[in-house]
Amino acid sequence: MTTQAEVVLASGRIKFRIARAAGIAAIALGVLAFWVALPPRTVRSEAVPVVLGLLGIALGLFSWRKGETRLGWTAAMIALLGMLGGVLAAHAAVENLKVVITWSAVIAATLRFATPLIFASIGGLFSERSGVVNIGLEGMMLMGAFFGVLGGDKTDSWVLGILIGMASGAALALVHAFFSIHLRSDQIVSGTAINFLALGITGYLYIDTYGQEGTGDLPAVPDVNLDWLSRIPPEGLGSFLEKSIGHLNLMVWLAFLTVVLAWVVIFRTTIGLRIRSVGEHPRAADTVGISVYATRYAAVVVSGALAALGGVYLSLGFVHSFTENMTAGRGFIALAALIFGKWRPFGALGAAMLFGFASAIAPRLQNVESWATYGTLFQALPYLLTLIAVAGVIGRSIPPAAIGRPYIKQ
Amino acid sequence: MSEPQPPPPGPPEEADVAEPSIEADPEAQTSLAARWDLYQRTGGVITPLLTAIFAFFVGGLVVLVTTGKNPLSTYRAIFDGTGLNWFFPWVTGQEREFAAEDLQQTLLVTTTLILVGIAVAFAFRCGLFNIGGQGQYIAGMIAALQVGVWLPDLAHVPHMILAAGAGALAGAVWAGIAGILKATVGAHEVISTIMLNWIALWIGSYLVGFNGPLQDPNQVFVPVTSEVSQGAKLNVWWGDPKLQGLHIGFFVAIAALVVFWIVLNRTTLGYQVRAVGFNPEAARYGGISVGRNYFLAMAISGAFAGLAGSVDILGWLFRVDLTSVQLSSQIAFIGIAVALLGRNTPLGIFFSALLFGALLNGTSTRNLDPTVFQPELASNLTLIIQGLVVLFVGADLLILYLWRARAKLRRKLRSEPVAQR
Repeated sequence: MTTQAEVVLASGRIKFRIARAAGIAAIALGVLAFWVALPPRTVRSEAVPVVLGLLGIALGLFSWRKGETRLGWTAAMIALLGMLGGVLAAHAAVENLKVVITWSAVIAATLRFATPLIFASIGGLFSERSGVVNIGLEGMMLMGAFFGVLGGDKTDSWVLGILIGMASGAALALVHAFFSIHLRSDQIVSGTAINFLALGITGYLYIDTYGQEGTGDLPAVPDVNLDWLSRIPPEGLGSFLEKSIGHLNLMVWLAFLTVVLAWVVIFRTTIGLRIRSVGEHPRAADTVGISVYATRYAAVVVSGALAALGGVYLSLGFVHSFTENMTAGRGFIALAALIFGKWRPFGALGAAMLFGFASAIAPRLQNVESWATYGTLFQALPYLLTLIAVAGVIGRSIPPAAIGRPYIKQ
Repeated sequence: MSEPQPPPPGPPEEADVAEPSIEADPEAQTSLAARWDLYQRTGGVITPLLTAIFAFFVGGLVVLVTTGKNPLSTYRAIFDGTGLNWFFPWVTGQEREFAAEDLQQTLLVTTTLILVGIAVAFAFRCGLFNIGGQGQYIAGMIAALQVGVWLPDLAHVPHMILAAGAGALAGAVWAGIAGILKATVGAHEVISTIMLNWIALWIGSYLVGFNGPLQDPNQVFVPVTSEVSQGAKLNVWWGDPKLQGLHIGFFVAIAALVVFWIVLNRTTLGYQVRAVGFNPEAARYGGISVGRNYFLAMAISGAFAGLAGSVDILGWLFRVDLTSVQLSSQIAFIGIAVALLGRNTPLGIFFSALLFGALLNGTSTRNLDPTVFQPELASNLTLIIQGLVVLFVGADLLILYLWRARAKLRRKLRSEPVAQR
């Protein structure tokens, strides 16, 4: 026997499930609307993306009406963007599209560009979950980038380079931790100071050690070559996989591992529970015997080491050299990815991939001859995307409750 | 205070900084504005002064440790490049002429720094951290340039005013975007202004770069725009106009300091801005629209940064090239240090702008003798000093603690203990 309340509840749940399914379908349709107009499909008629997009928008709105407010709205927006993108792409010359979109290359580049962001945003995750705002991610990345190069160069080993880079980021993070936890400085001001310091220290030491000659030969973090991927049965798929993920840098894989580990640590271990409780309600955490200061110190130092890892990847794994201010705002983009990803490891991963995609596509757009004059303009794309993301087109995200507030022991 | 001399050895403030004895503090002072209030009460010329001295001391240590050079002679060489020795009556003859030229350069930079410093300070008083000076400065440069290039037949004074006004407006619009985002969807202004910086940087690079719409059609091989017409250029009142003499923009910056003070302290808008800065919730209950003030504070602060850009273009750059677009980040970031070290007060901003302007000019490739110290190193040293200044000016807790302890002691002496909380 089921009571009436249970029936109502069950029907509500079913309605909810339908709404959710509609929302997800709407997102899929939006992506599809864009995808059909791109290589290898390159549908030339506008009708196809328009129909798919409108269907997606309708489903998204339906889902919105049925209670999935945020998902439905997001889905409708994605469907709209997909439709617009599809129509635009259907108008563009096929050769141009082929220059920009070679899926395997785009995927490989996306992963390469996303990796430093993933490391830094996971770093930021630890710090911010414990209640300390970390604007200094940028500076910590820069420290990692330089000291990774310096350490790798002097010891002639990329492993030591990575470790030294991480240690330098952690050291700078310790400064940030001391000022924002013990001295209770404004965490944003302190983070800004960290960025200045990193810029000055790395620039100074770079010129002092390397001068005008540049960094020269450096030990490189090796690539992981997965040649066997090309032997996977359907012929096209095998070579596609091999081209997109077959020759990635070791640290790209390490980044994915970091995300998984971060998720396990934050949500499945006592340490993670402590970090979160300190970030949500430090007084309560203190009452049950968790040391707020120690937890926060540890979290901030870990965040510095991880951000520095992103920097090491940039210099030793990606560009194979160091230039002054080479992080170019990536620390801030990582912070935006963290916020966009709602302070969750996999959310941050998704956001970092999105920004990585924008960074990967920007230089490819310049390769199109008729667009070459707009060249540098495309460089603004990732930053524009970040701005739109933090502007909260896709729902607001709620930060840890005690973020940015210093804790005073009683 | 602008003398970059390292302090005598054995600084007492270093010991203070290392002392973390702060357990007994009853309240957390988190809002920026509340801290500013504290500075006021501590009569705090001392904190910035100590901070600057400490930063220079550490900078000297860095010089000593990394290069083994005498920090005193390095600072001396930097000081000689600033032209501040012009103020010494015993400097005469040709030396004095050189000093005058150097001082004009220093004051040119100071002019810009005062304006970008105000841009940071004004937003600060509303509890906003405007790191977007760079983008606003670029927007101001480009708008002023366009108006300066157009309308070649316009009379001198209206043309100047129009061009400078356009720059300020462009800066206001650029910062206003961040203000609106903060007011409506709560996007944090630090991230949005930094993104706007990069967007402005790339748009600016596109506009003035090769084949860009603003590139000078007569010089296709140089990424530079046409020159502003003669009528829009600011008058030079000290030095040779052909050798980048000091233009009237310096007085614009001084006037901006006065305007900054008046708007903040003598108008309803300023009252509301400060109220929001002190406590947005309380301001909201008091009937002040927080969002509106966020937007206005950002826009006004952006107008000052935009004015900085236009004054530079109309005063001595006259054209925008790719380098000046890229160098803008340095200017704008020093603006943050200027505002923080100057405690967001007009007089403080003036002196810290002078300090950093002197430092910047003294460490430039042109002014610093490379046999004494490498200019590229020195400019990074400036960054380190700047970072230390921001770091330690932000750590006012020590002063706070001392102040509280003093007040508590006085209360105890005056009467029997007040009821403990």
